[in-house]
Amino acid sequence: MIPLDQLNPGDKAIIRSIGGTTAEEAHLMEMGLLPGTPVEFVKRAPLGDPIELRVRRYHLSIRCAEAHRILVDKT
Amino acid sequence: MSLSSPEDAHTSLLSDAWIDIALIGNPNTGKTSIFNALTGLRHKIGNYPGVTVERKSGMISGSDRLRIRLHDLPGLYSLNPKSLDERIAKEALIGVSPDQPPIRLVVVVADASNLSRNLYLVTQVIDLGLPVVAALNMMDDARASGLHIDTKTLSARLNVPVVPVIASRAEGIDHLRKTICAVLENPLPREEGTLRIDEALKNDLKPLTGWLSEYTSLAPSAQTAEALRIASSDLAGDAWMQGAHTAACKNDLQTQTREVRARLEERHIAWRMLEATLRYRQIDELYAATVHETPMEVQRLHVRLDRVLTHRIAGPAIVLLVFALIFQTIFSWAEAPMTVIETGVGDLNHHVARLIPEGTLQSLTTDGVITGVGAVVVFLPQILFLFFFLALLEDTGYLARIAFLMDRLMRSIGLSGRAVIPLLSSFACAIPGVMATRTISNWRDRLITIMIAPLMSCSARLPVYILMIGTFIPDTPVLGVFSLPGLTLLAMYLIGMSIAVLAALVLNRLFMRNMPSDTFIIELPPYRRPSLKWILLQMYERAKVFVSDAGRIIVAISIVLWFLASYPRPTSEDPPGERIAQSYAGQVGHAIEPIIAPLGFDWKLGIGLITSFAAREVMVSTLATIYNVEDGNEESVDLRTALRNEINPATGAPQYTPLVAVSLMVFFVLACQCMATVAIVGRETNSWRWPVVMIVYMTGLAYLGSLVVFQGGRMIGWG
Repeated sequence: MIPLDQLNPGDKAIIRSIGGTTAEEAHLMEMGLLPGTPVEFVKRAPLGDPIELRVRRYHLSIRCAEAHRILVDKT
Repeated sequence: MSLSSPEDAHTSLLSDAWIDIALIGNPNTGKTSIFNALTGLRHKIGNYPGVTVERKSGMISGSDRLRIRLHDLPGLYSLNPKSLDERIAKEALIGVSPDQPPIRLVVVVADASNLSRNLYLVTQVIDLGLPVVAALNMMDDARASGLHIDTKTLSARLNVPVVPVIASRAEGIDHLRKTICAVLENPLPREEGTLRIDEALKNDLKPLTGWLSEYTSLAPSAQTAEALRIASSDLAGDAWMQGAHTAACKNDLQTQTREVRARLEERHIAWRMLEATLRYRQIDELYAATVHETPMEVQRLHVRLDRVLTHRIAGPAIVLLVFALIFQTIFSWAEAPMTVIETGVGDLNHHVARLIPEGTLQSLTTDGVITGVGAVVVFLPQILFLFFFLALLEDTGYLARIAFLMDRLMRSIGLSGRAVIPLLSSFACAIPGVMATRTISNWRDRLITIMIAPLMSCSARLPVYILMIGTFIPDTPVLGVFSLPGLTLLAMYLIGMSIAVLAALVLNRLFMRNMPSDTFIIELPPYRRPSLKWILLQMYERAKVFVSDAGRIIVAISIVLWFLASYPRPTSEDPPGERIAQSYAGQVGHAIEPIIAPLGFDWKLGIGLITSFAAREVMVSTLATIYNVEDGNEESVDLRTALRNEINPATGAPQYTPLVAVSLMVFFVLACQCMATVAIVGRETNSWRWPVVMIVYMTGLAYLGSLVVFQGGRMIGWG
């Protein structure tokens, strides 16, 4: 298991756990990021942060600090 | 039969009373398009009492038998109250607030091309127990991306009507309207929610369902889902606590929540975010049963566009270009219509002055009312231009990319990527800038952005800068290519920007620690073709909000300022300069002289500080009046000569020196000398607290800044 922010563009992975504050955790899970959900790392912003993900057929952007608390298994 | 008979629900539906229904959905689902398609242009915009969340409602057109009022709720992803938007939406739906009408039906909009995530809110809303109609928007996008949705099965499984819609082409709207009417006239009873909860879990939740039925008016059908939400996350419980009236009720909620969680732990069920886990498990099943995905190549255009627009080098370059275009437009292109408005107001004043005999009425009408209305209308070109771009950027999906690209940079001053456009626009004018902050979803970020936006040097400060620099700063070359006047002007812009950065940091640290910080979890919607109709509507709505809400305050303040400058009524033989010196404004100018003397200002500049609250550039025309200069503008040679020749009666030396000029400019960089800004901040924050805080902190900064410049300058022997 590695933190989500350590993936490279184009990598696909399965989410294993979600961390962060209560509000962050709730927000991410309500947006459909749950343990077991497949996720694709799309790209990084020009300054390296935030990052773009593809999950459940839509694109979403989160900051590296938040991505760091999401653990994934690369597929 | 009696029309108001409470027993006969059907009869009361057909009575004169309004039927209130709500529209809800995720952001970027075309909810606004559906609202507009259903209501036409007949809608009202206001604010929810005491908060900044905008409230929009309109009458559904084409429903002859029922008088239906549609309330547009904020776009959100979940009813779990993490933000103000979510709390407001949920409270509106469950009807806890007595000053809001009870909602009889909910239209929930879902993006068909992104159904799995959208179903989360859809099922939450259904589980509230109200009659629901689901509108499946963007069916064309879904088809184009290889999705086939079995709406019949979906409708059967959710137990609510599901109407496919393409709002951008107004397809399916009629069907939606008819379905709404049909459900209102004949609501289907629904015993169970969508969430299948087994008996064991229901039993575990009993302490909380018990609490809900004892202390709240929540419908019994909605209690299980709400109990699950409270057990899953402290956020839901906290919201109920805030609304709780007695300590017993609060304590009981805490006890019951602990009890439920203990029971779940005993059965080795992770209660944290249990609602999301259960819901998505069932959504995944439902999705598999109703949506058929044809493997297709991902949308080529989207990928190609995105590759360029968020490219490492091209991305930021394009953002800069877009910013330059927006800035150019509101800074210079808006100039022409603004001049037309100003000339028009001048002509109208002239015309009216000939119709009304000279006296109080003439003066009130021309210098008070017409000038005041002109001061409102003159902002419209900039507002319309900025909202044209903002709506265009939002509609195409590019606005979210700007936030994505700029976030890292803006975070260094404690703001998010969304603050860039409002701050940039404020260099032209803080009014559209403050209005543009509504694209910032986080309230704390939005408030900080509003508070620092007026520190960006706007175009109304330019006449003051030009008059002062042209009169007092010698045209000396610096390092060959630069000139002293040019560098002084640049310094004014830089001072404003640096103080804004400092103010943002201080506001962040000192005042806003308790407000939740932005999580910056934002959706990047697919690129879409913009709709001109939607863009025009946005421009119209913003203009209307400004004129009706801020406009009234601006006209009122204009009349007060007119009164201060024209009373007590002078004899007409006196020259204008003498008249204004004897007016209340002149008296106040004299009265504040001891306070502003340490800044290098005399009572004449004091009058200017008061009158320029109408608009900063009024400083120039006030000085022209005081010095009896006809047609005085910032380029006027006569006015410049008069200022240079002014003698300090006490010392016999020149009253105004280059140091006084710099001190005055610094004051104008930092002071909140603009009634329109104050009015719009009041409107956008929906309170008097923030505009007052703004006036106090900016005037304080301005006083300090000028004091440091003037006293410091004198200490080092300049001026």
